[in-house]
Amino acid sequence: MSEHNGQAAHNGQAAHNEEHEQEHHIVSPVIYLAIVLALLVGTGLTVWASYIDLGEWQIAPGLTLFWNPVVALAIACTKMTLVVLFFMHVKYSTKLTKLTVACGFFTFIALMGMTMTDYFTRAWGRW
Amino acid sequence: MSDSTSTANGVIAEVHHEHPSYQRHHFESVDQQFDATNFAMWLFLLTEIMFFGGLFTAYLIMRNWYYPAFVEASHQLNIGWGTANTGVLIVSSFTMAMGVWSAEMRKKGMLILFLSLTWILGVAFLGIKSIEYHEKWVKHHVPGLHWSDSSFLNPASDPEVYKEYHDKPLAPDMAAKAGMYFFLYFAMTGMHALHMIIGISILTFMIFRARAGAYTTGHVTYVENFGLYWHFVDIVWIFLFPLLYLISRH
Repeated sequence: MSEHNGQAAHNGQAAHNEEHEQEHHIVSPVIYLAIVLALLVGTGLTVWASYIDLGEWQIAPGLTLFWNPVVALAIACTKMTLVVLFFMHVKYSTKLTKLTVACGFFTFIALMGMTMTDYFTRAWGRW
Repeated sequence: MSDSTSTANGVIAEVHHEHPSYQRHHFESVDQQFDATNFAMWLFLLTEIMFFGGLFTAYLIMRNWYYPAFVEASHQLNIGWGTANTGVLIVSSFTMAMGVWSAEMRKKGMLILFLSLTWILGVAFLGIKSIEYHEKWVKHHVPGLHWSDSSFLNPASDPEVYKEYHDKPLAPDMAAKAGMYFFLYFAMTGMHALHMIIGISILTFMIFRARAGAYTTGHVTYVENFGLYWHFVDIVWIFLFPLLYLISRH
């Protein structure tokens, strides 16, 4: 099929199905450029933060929270959110896609969280 | 029998309306087809989250158990190369997103350009990764194949890393656990690199298809879904980088 015919067929389809045609959102290059700059700034920030000792928080005797890994993971989560929402178009996707992505992350965090609470508390009270 | 068949075909022919050649017959519209394949791609990516999630969980548990060994082993990684690779991969995600945009806008030349740039950046990432792997081999930091505890039993024997971190010598049983760090390092970055190699192979195929005029006639599903895969692999690296390279500096 020539390019011209493909175009005509596509337009015919668009007229036939107007309410659906609205759904396919084309994200502008300006947004992509803003996101890639934000991601590069985030990368610089996380490297810079790793050179500084951000200290720790003594929650209880023997239980300490170090701020460096918390900050590094917080920046990584922010970067991930930007990639998922804009590069992967989830912000402009159907509710089905949004729900699918949310379910995936929820399941991952539940599995990871429950495993961690098990392993990290096996020696609880013995220190 | 032949009568009923012809009648059935006649009915189908009547209902069968005009649609683009790339629309499968069992979909009502191009958008329905797009949404269905998009959904399927996300389901595949969820299985990938679980797959890499197992590796990340193993890493966090082992790091908690053998903390001193993991910290000193992590000091062996080169933050400069790691940062460069993060930048390369993020920019490749951008060029991939622009590739999707070019396909949507039906710009064939731009599509080929952005797919090629993504290909080049992907290969550059693997090139930098292989420089790092080579360094691990030279320093006997490949568990099972080419391994020695000496960097961790006697950190001063590695002056380049020692002058930056002043690591204390580890007891022999803990020093051996540095091998667990490097095992997970190779398992995680190796599995990530395998995904990159698969991605680059598909990109090669797509560049040839794009040159033949595919993807720029309104049928963007393939490019869009490959983009999802590429961005997913980028996200995995976004987490590997701080966990392996950065968080053990302090």
